[in-house]
Amino acid sequence: MAVTSALGRSETGTTRVSAALWRRGWARAVLTLSPPLLWFLVVYFASLVAMLITALWSVNPFTNNLVHSWTFSNFREIFTGTYLTIIGRTLGMAAIVTVTDAVLALPFAYFMTRVASPRTRKLLFTLVVLPLWASYLARVYAWIVILQNGGTLNWTFQHLGLGSPNIGYSNVAMWIVFSYIWLPFMILPVYGALERIPDSYIEASGDLGARNLRTLFRVVLPLAFPGVVAGSIFTFSLTLGDFITPLLIGGSSSNFIGNVIYSNIGLANNLPFAAALAFVPIVIMIIYLTIARFLGAFEAF
Amino acid sequence: MKSRRRLWRPASAGVAVIGVLLIAAYGSTVTAAATKGHASGGLVPPTAHYPVQKSIGKGEGKLNLIAWAGYAQPEWVKPFEKATGCQVNAVYPNTSSDMVSLMANGGGGQYDLVSASGDADLRLIYGGDVRPVNVGLIPDWKNFHAWLQSPGFNTINGVHYGVSLQFGPNVLLYSTKTFKTAPTSWSVIYSKKYAGKITVPNNPIQIADGALYLSKTNPSLGITDPYELTQKQFNATVALLKSEHPLIKKYWDLASQEISLFSSGAAVVGAAWPYQTNTLQASGYKVAETIPKEGATGWADTWMMATKAPHPNCAYMWIKWVSTPKVQAEQALSFGETPANKLACPIMNQLQKGGCAAYHANAAESYFATLKFWKTPLATCDNGKNDCVPFQDWVTAWTQITG
Repeated sequence: MAVTSALGRSETGTTRVSAALWRRGWARAVLTLSPPLLWFLVVYFASLVAMLITALWSVNPFTNNLVHSWTFSNFREIFTGTYLTIIGRTLGMAAIVTVTDAVLALPFAYFMTRVASPRTRKLLFTLVVLPLWASYLARVYAWIVILQNGGTLNWTFQHLGLGSPNIGYSNVAMWIVFSYIWLPFMILPVYGALERIPDSYIEASGDLGARNLRTLFRVVLPLAFPGVVAGSIFTFSLTLGDFITPLLIGGSSSNFIGNVIYSNIGLANNLPFAAALAFVPIVIMIIYLTIARFLGAFEAF
Repeated sequence: MKSRRRLWRPASAGVAVIGVLLIAAYGSTVTAAATKGHASGGLVPPTAHYPVQKSIGKGEGKLNLIAWAGYAQPEWVKPFEKATGCQVNAVYPNTSSDMVSLMANGGGGQYDLVSASGDADLRLIYGGDVRPVNVGLIPDWKNFHAWLQSPGFNTINGVHYGVSLQFGPNVLLYSTKTFKTAPTSWSVIYSKKYAGKITVPNNPIQIADGALYLSKTNPSLGITDPYELTQKQFNATVALLKSEHPLIKKYWDLASQEISLFSSGAAVVGAAWPYQTNTLQASGYKVAETIPKEGATGWADTWMMATKAPHPNCAYMWIKWVSTPKVQAEQALSFGETPANKLACPIMNQLQKGGCAAYHANAAESYFATLKFWKTPLATCDNGKNDCVPFQDWVTAWTQITG
């Protein structure tokens, strides 16, 4: 019963379906988009909603069971002394790490794009990405070996006659390790931004009488800035959400937001408070991304 | 393999043990309340009248365990499988809460035994997830330390809901270079003299250590049980621990951290498990441990049988097997804890020179009396009042202490 089409080919089920889809563009779009959209809605969005709902519940102190009645007490509790200190510490560390990485990444990326030969560039690129191939934990543990009392750093300083820095298990150690771990995430976007600056801009700047420094500050840096902002999204948010480095490297006052969430889930079984606290980094990131958008970070991609 | 297994304890054990202790604490509190007919008066475990087996029948050929990592090692599982024909499958949860979840609905007809810690025991018992066991079928039970035969965390109204396995104290670890003689009091970890050289576990249950110290040094507070604190007692303890914060080098999360702190000299005194002491001493570091005059906290684990255990005969054979002196000794040395079976001591010495004393397996009963085993702090106190501070608040306070 196959219908013969204009081309003389018999129309099978498949061709009929494809023809129908060709005629109705919206149907094509629905079919293509619905699996990822469904995934996004169910897995991604629904879990956030579930978290918000949980944050509005509480835990019965006697039975430790969830109490399914609405309360804002978890959110109110966040704004008490200790938690504000911890949020402030987390934010401060994320900011310092971001600035450190930006300062380190700019000259490095500039060298890669403007100075290095193509061969050296490839080599440097590999070196930047190389640490990402090793386990996060292995790298953190390597830093413990370097920084702890009796570690490589102390040993080196002592042999140079400079005394012992003794920075193992402290916030300084955390700053060094975070800056190291997230550096590639800053270098890559900055590299991308610098690479797209046409040589003609720099030549034009020179032709118009600007010296090297002036070209750098008036031409190169402004054009690299969106890349820096894009990289800062990574370094900032990754530091903000981390709890392993504070746990492994931190000193006696090194709790991060993540550590408090962890102890509320793992030890206290206080899911509602953990959920409420988990909104703090989300809100911070929303604010950060809004600012980043104004600074043109998303134009870098 | 061995070192890896041991390293686990620090990580998981921190959380797991705490959880377990918490559960245990919860357990013993409920138990005490139940036996005394106070706040939870008349609370009877749902499976209290469940009939117990009178003999061990033929093995079912399989055994499914929920165990702490390191509790089902090939050293003693392989010979067990060979002797009984019971094939052992084990899952290794990370926390006591995970253990309780896996045991939901009486083990779901899937699991037979769980190596629950004190902080999980009472939750399992009062949840009806475990059933009474006949200790008469475990010949080595009578060789256990008397206080581990029917402890409050697994035995209620004379009904045994499990058989004790192993335990360990939280000791005071110190550098013998700094301390020519052993410190006699926990006061050293609150002393400005050792500022910046002190380390304690990063764990809310550590508040109990502070409470135990205050129960002896400040009797006017009237602390009798470090896991049952009124708000006033609790506040005093938290104040003590806050004053300790500036003296702390690091709140350790992993036993390996404390080992590195002591081996590098960054810390000279702190709260520890015997595992750290033994590891440091084995590497030649000048450290020693002691249980100060105020006593110490500790943890204790129990094998408990699921209400819907599908392979009860194999389960009894397993408990019988792991209670024997040899397996007790092997597990104690492999994991770094103290066996429940007194006869394990000489075998520990055979396996590792001085192994028995290293893990206190030969200590006098008076030693055990100084240990306050972890249990979950509950709002219901032993005295029948509901004015004790629950564990949740412990976690909040601990966050404030460690800032």
